[in-house]
Amino acid sequence: MTELDSLVAPTLTFLIFAPLLAGVVALLWPRGLVLDLLSISLGAISLVLLVPLSGTVMGQGPLLLELGGHELPLGIPLYVDGLALAMLWLTALTGLGTAVYASGWLRSVSHPSGQQYRVLWFLLWSGLNALFVSGDLFNIYVTLEITTLAAVPLVALARGREALSAAMQYLYFALVGSILFLLGVALVYAETGLLALPELSARESEAAGPGETIALLAITVGLAMKAALFPAHGWLPRAHAAASPPASALLSALVAKAAAYLVIRLWLGPFEAAWTPAVAQLMGVVGVLGILYGSLQALRQHRLKPVIAYSTVAQLGYLLLLIPLASVVAWQGVIYHALVHGLAKAAFFLAAGNLILGIGHDRLVGLAGCDRVLSKNLLAMAVAGVAIAGLPPTGGFIAKWWMITAALEQGQWWWAVAIGMGGLLAALYVFRVVSFAVHSPRPWHEEPLRETRHGLNRLLLWPPVLLAAAAVALGMTGELLAPFLAVGAPEVSP
Amino acid sequence: MMEALQDHPVWMAMPAWMVLSSLVAGLLILVLGEPYQRTRVVINLGAAVLKLVLVGFMLWGVGQGHDFEFRLPLLPGIDLYLHADSLSMLLATLSAILWLITTVYAIGYLEQSPNRCRFFGFFSLCVAATMGVSVAGNLFTFFLFYELLTLTTWPLVVHRGVSVALRAGKRYLAYTLGGGGIFLFGIIALYALMGDQVFTPGGFVDPDLPPALLIGIFLLLLVGVGVKAAMVPLHGWLPQAMVAPAPVSALLHAVAVVKAGAFGIVRLVYDVYGLDLVATLGMNHVLAIAAAITIVWGSLRALQASDIKQRLAFSTVSQVSYIALGVGIGSPMATIGGLVHLVHQGLMKITLFFCAGNLAETHGIKRVDQVDGMGRTMPWTMAAFTLAALGMIGVPPIAGFVSKWYLGLGGVENGQYWVLGVLVASTLLNAAYFLPVLRRAWFPRADAPDRGPGIHEAPLSLLIPTVATATFALGAGILAGMPFSPLQWAQFIGEQIYGVAP
Repeated sequence: MTELDSLVAPTLTFLIFAPLLAGVVALLWPRGLVLDLLSISLGAISLVLLVPLSGTVMGQGPLLLELGGHELPLGIPLYVDGLALAMLWLTALTGLGTAVYASGWLRSVSHPSGQQYRVLWFLLWSGLNALFVSGDLFNIYVTLEITTLAAVPLVALARGREALSAAMQYLYFALVGSILFLLGVALVYAETGLLALPELSARESEAAGPGETIALLAITVGLAMKAALFPAHGWLPRAHAAASPPASALLSALVAKAAAYLVIRLWLGPFEAAWTPAVAQLMGVVGVLGILYGSLQALRQHRLKPVIAYSTVAQLGYLLLLIPLASVVAWQGVIYHALVHGLAKAAFFLAAGNLILGIGHDRLVGLAGCDRVLSKNLLAMAVAGVAIAGLPPTGGFIAKWWMITAALEQGQWWWAVAIGMGGLLAALYVFRVVSFAVHSPRPWHEEPLRETRHGLNRLLLWPPVLLAAAAVALGMTGELLAPFLAVGAPEVSP
Repeated sequence: MMEALQDHPVWMAMPAWMVLSSLVAGLLILVLGEPYQRTRVVINLGAAVLKLVLVGFMLWGVGQGHDFEFRLPLLPGIDLYLHADSLSMLLATLSAILWLITTVYAIGYLEQSPNRCRFFGFFSLCVAATMGVSVAGNLFTFFLFYELLTLTTWPLVVHRGVSVALRAGKRYLAYTLGGGGIFLFGIIALYALMGDQVFTPGGFVDPDLPPALLIGIFLLLLVGVGVKAAMVPLHGWLPQAMVAPAPVSALLHAVAVVKAGAFGIVRLVYDVYGLDLVATLGMNHVLAIAAAITIVWGSLRALQASDIKQRLAFSTVSQVSYIALGVGIGSPMATIGGLVHLVHQGLMKITLFFCAGNLAETHGIKRVDQVDGMGRTMPWTMAAFTLAALGMIGVPPIAGFVSKWYLGLGGVENGQYWVLGVLVASTLLNAAYFLPVLRRAWFPRADAPDRGPGIHEAPLSLLIPTVATATFALGAGILAGMPFSPLQWAQFIGEQIYGVAP
């Protein structure tokens, strides 16, 4: 590819290295205000740069860029298709919203570890952007490690025994996951001599041997531990509940999703020859079990943040359904789901953070009466929840429509039933939370609600409201975005 | 000048403006926040009047044969499609008129109570969703607004926030979202088979598909709309939802939710499958029998209820199925009877709920055995109640009589004489549960607590809407022969469905 748009390489370089440089600045020059402005402007610039990049991808199909101008297999390939593009957009939007929120949050709670938070956030941002555009297995491993090493301390930053122990558990899971992933990569390299995804995808389909199946298994289990896919989800509810709200928003919307993203990225394309339809059905079953288990757990929680965390476990399960469904419509639906869930889940966590600021804890019974003091915030949370549940007129509905259509078109109606069930359960746990908040009168054993006379700080109120609004707005943009998402979609498997 | 206006996109997109007028008002009210009472009232009433004007224009336009439509591509191959036909206008006009009246009532009813911002915001959104349901031009759009209606009415049901309201809200969601899920399967299955098709008189479903598949999809769709229409055994949410404030009960039962369900049944039979295909599949009998069971069962339960609102709720269960019955019988007269009942039941039932609200608000009366002597204390309210109750029973010349007359004629026309039996049974049961209330109100027992002399009526903001809707219910019956009366409009629709003047 020589005739690439001249903007592509600078854009990708910016997305990867600008946050990294900002992290270095944050380390050397710990001025909160400067760093917050830097973080917000980086988010805004990323959004602006993504517009021409999307146009190029749309016009030319999936982009393959060799860094340093070396040809494969020597060069480091960067690969951007509709899936990667959606993830970049999600990272920029969520990153911007969370950056604004964090600037308000770190002030209002006079966070002792504000600077560490900012350094880790920049590192995480760079790692995520790099991960989404990486085109070979070894690079993916490196970027995956960067995100993990930034994400684990973000949990620990919340201080306290629970946060520390949750972070340790997360670290153990993530490290075992890394080892398994690396093992799988080594096996692939030994078997095929290839690391670049485009080359792996381009092979003849008969070429896969048993070694590659084992490699895929190791990679998948490793990623499942990092993504907290059921049944390797044990660490996630604790870690995401313990972290501070902006960190939880990032972890749920982006970090867990990054690993799940890799699962579908690798299964469709590079390792398509290493699995059979029966294995694909099995992966789908694992996904559905995750959806049901996460939703039922979310319904049983007594505290707010674990509800949202278990919801993440459930919602990640949908991504696995792409493996048995593997059609363009399913691809669009699953990516759309990832996009909407990311925005809505970030909004949900940030709004929850505001409620916690208002009542001082996150027990659900204590939420009663929040509807009077924090009505807009609560509305944002409810709307985000409706988007997660996939009800119209939100983007979640478009995603569910596509996924169910794909399932019914291929006669695999059982997935359609599972998707519908998942949506209903999500609606139940979302409305359960909202019910606690509109309950009146306040239970007698709870302290009276702090009347926040001046309302919330605007920096805290607007990010969840706008992120939730974006999740709703996606309900109107299916027609507009479908061609972008379809770029690089897999061929329909027979 | 009219010629140029006719094709103008702004004029053509009238259905969109109609939906937006209350959608924008609702969002504005929600954003505005609690303290701005006066601005809120202005927005609310302004939007309601604006909508009424828009509906007036559209009613005239549709009568003239203008084709209002609005298209917005939402997914590849699927549009958000709004289209106003004569059937749409039936529900749209009813909703627009009753929205204005109910808004006035609600402003009076909720004076000084908390969370009015949320209440009026969602109230407007709820009306926007109903408008969307009425002008939806394809199943996708219909579903979009149908589910939006569920979501926007939930905050109204749980408005008081007490435990019993939250339980009712949970049950409401479980029924409606569950039904919505089943509905969605039917819709997507139909889309997978037929692609994006607009509602067409006579239906668009390909009759050559396997009958088992067609019946399966029909039943999925019927369950989806049947939940909101509260057809037995899918009616469990409705009596519980009575815990909501009176204006909400009035809106839920007379206009928004149950009518959206009943309207969905009408669309499903006439514009999706088409009468012929429904008859070929034998589904019209299923529908008619389900409706007949619902009519009798709802009346029997109403007889047992001692709470006034509960009794009215079961009465709704029963009465809304008249619409389904008319559709199921499938003869021109029955169709007219069913369609006109969509409006008539709305007018009468909203009057009854307003009266129940007046009784509860002014004197704290909630049970049937407490109304002794209320005819003397609240003459206007009880007069309105009496009129509407007699209308429900089917006493001429009130609106309810017209519906029953046409339904009965329709049954005879098709040789289905059992319909007369259902109507007679229902009328007797209606009388059995309404007349005792009237007798207590006007002729109190000797041992009833004395309320003392003198009139103690509800405040005017509650009384005027009540009297207004009662007058409409009477007028719709007496003036049934006038142009633009509900009956005339139903006949207009019937002509379009059957192609001939019945």
